[in-house]
Amino acid sequence: MNKEQPNNEVLVKVEGLSKKFCKDLKTSLWYGVKDMVNGVRGSSHERQLRPKEFWAVKEVSFELRRGECLGLIGHNGAGKSTLLKILNGLINPDAGKVTMKGRVGALIELGAGFNPILSGRENIYNNGAILGFSRKEIDTKLDDIIAFAELEEFIDMPVQHYSSGMKVRLGFAVAAQMEPDILIIDEVLAVGDLGFMLKCFKTIDAILPNTAIVFVSHNMPMVSRICSQVILMDNGQAKFLGVDVGKGIDLYYNRFSDNGSNIIFDDGSIVVEDVKISGCANHKNGIPQLLWGDTLNIYLKIRLNLTMEVPIFGISIFDKEQRPVAILEHNKNDSNIKILDKGIAFNVKHNNLQLSKGVYSINIWVSKTENKEPMLRINGVMSFQVISDKEVWPPFLLAATYENCNL
Amino acid sequence: MSLETRVYQKERTLKMGALLKASLKDLLGSRFLARQLAERDIKAQYRQSYLGILWAFVTPIATAAVWIFLNSSGTVRLSDTGVPYPVYAFSGTLIWSIIVASINSPMQSTNAAKGILTKINFPKEALLLSGVYKLLFDSSIKILLLVLFVFIFGVGFHWSLLLMPVAVLGAVLFGSTLGLFLTPIGLLYKDIGKIITFGMQFLMYVTPVVYAIPKDGIMKILMTYNPITPIILTTRDLVVGFTPQYLTYFLMVLGVCVPLLFLGLVLYRIAIPIIVERLSA
Repeated sequence: MNKEQPNNEVLVKVEGLSKKFCKDLKTSLWYGVKDMVNGVRGSSHERQLRPKEFWAVKEVSFELRRGECLGLIGHNGAGKSTLLKILNGLINPDAGKVTMKGRVGALIELGAGFNPILSGRENIYNNGAILGFSRKEIDTKLDDIIAFAELEEFIDMPVQHYSSGMKVRLGFAVAAQMEPDILIIDEVLAVGDLGFMLKCFKTIDAILPNTAIVFVSHNMPMVSRICSQVILMDNGQAKFLGVDVGKGIDLYYNRFSDNGSNIIFDDGSIVVEDVKISGCANHKNGIPQLLWGDTLNIYLKIRLNLTMEVPIFGISIFDKEQRPVAILEHNKNDSNIKILDKGIAFNVKHNNLQLSKGVYSINIWVSKTENKEPMLRINGVMSFQVISDKEVWPPFLLAATYENCNL
Repeated sequence: MSLETRVYQKERTLKMGALLKASLKDLLGSRFLARQLAERDIKAQYRQSYLGILWAFVTPIATAAVWIFLNSSGTVRLSDTGVPYPVYAFSGTLIWSIIVASINSPMQSTNAAKGILTKINFPKEALLLSGVYKLLFDSSIKILLLVLFVFIFGVGFHWSLLLMPVAVLGAVLFGSTLGLFLTPIGLLYKDIGKIITFGMQFLMYVTPVVYAIPKDGIMKILMTYNPITPIILTTRDLVVGFTPQYLTYFLMVLGVCVPLLFLGLVLYRIAIPIIVERLSA
């Protein structure tokens, strides 16, 4: 690492980067032969799409400075990994230019070069050698690596008897010894247990100030936690590029907005006829919009196929990542909900909604009053959006007042 | 210290000479990695096997045994070779197996590393070098066995025997150069590997591996011009203490191999990103 260098130099510069791929294997191999011949002849023709080819990455440009972290997000097959491979110098672009300054470290695959039959200790040397360490460097770092991986007891056991989590831990422990100027991270951190993840983040946080990081993930909370800017890739193009991480993530989520409802359980005794947010004026793409602090008013209309007492209704709220964020109290016996003409209709009210900005979905379940036996369960029965000018990542933005206390 | 800068773009901006220089630099710089990879493969290979090293020379011994039997039983009548036939046949098949292994080595090493090639950027030349290390390991054991044969069959010690490893190095150089040229295409199309296996079987019969060059006829012409002939003959002559007859041709073949090897290295360097692209997509 370079202490004398100004701390904000551009380490990664990508200009008009494009890369094409071929959909058909046989054709692809033949193009490979042609590309080799062209590579030897040094031809500099402009690359056009040949039959059966498509742009996997198209005209992507960005700059990244030391201390910045770029999040690459997008659906599967959007071109994220291809972009990473070009940045890592594994494949050459078809147009444009990439300039990388400094030592590049890649956490794309942990434990590369491991041989399952050899022991963990021997594989530290294999993996380290591939990552560019010298024997001496590994010798001095060996104890640190083993301690970091917490594998002291098993280090002389063949790696094939390791659990997958242990392998990843060992791989990360070796990779963590790199002191890169540019770090490229693909979805490798998703495996491993919680303790390991926390350790990974601690390591990344520690090197971030001296490093430019490119981070690919589908885990948006993680992206929002680490990244200072994001690129949203869609069909090879950068659909969004900027420091407004929240906006990029919103756009990413919008792609998956129509998840549809899902009947998980249904014993046929009741049917949901209508669900809506009542008293909501604004709709966008069919999703009702509420302001932060509004009253959430869910209207439910149910038809009963059997005679029964008023059942118990449960309503829970999930965020975009399908994490439960809240549950509404269920109806009590003294509520005034009545069965009229084999049907029930009622409003569920929650005052002063303090969910933070974002789109939420509603799950409902209905069960019998006597024995709590479930009758119906529907996930994602409807969605609503909370509008707020305050960009926060936790699911709740709780209203607060600050009052002075005398010392 | 200024930061090392790498530029990736469409055109090949480097001249052939610069590419070769970069290739040789990586080759030198990756000695530790190459050794580590070779050690890994050799260790893993023998740790999961009881017969271990035996497998390295089962094929040449078996081929030699068949021919020794064919000859001793009078099934085929071979012209006199001037040395005990078992030594002749075994030295032939052993050197032949070294050449075949050398031809296959660059492709095998690269193919085996496909998984990491598509994920991690490391000097790819290390793969070639690790292949050479493995070849040298196998070959040195084969040479020891050959020396053992020489003494068992009473050929005795000749000072030229000490030069034999140099000739074996020549065999490795020849094989690796040929293999290196086939590697880029061979990684894309499996056919190449099959053609090598298939073709080498036939090539063996027009090389003085288990029988000497006949006095006349089309076979004589084929065998005399075959570039593998001088390698086999020179090595064998050194083993049994004859004056190498094909020494000039042998040196010519090696002389041609050196620039071709450099060219092969450059081609390999150009081809690897294209191969990675086609294999991983």
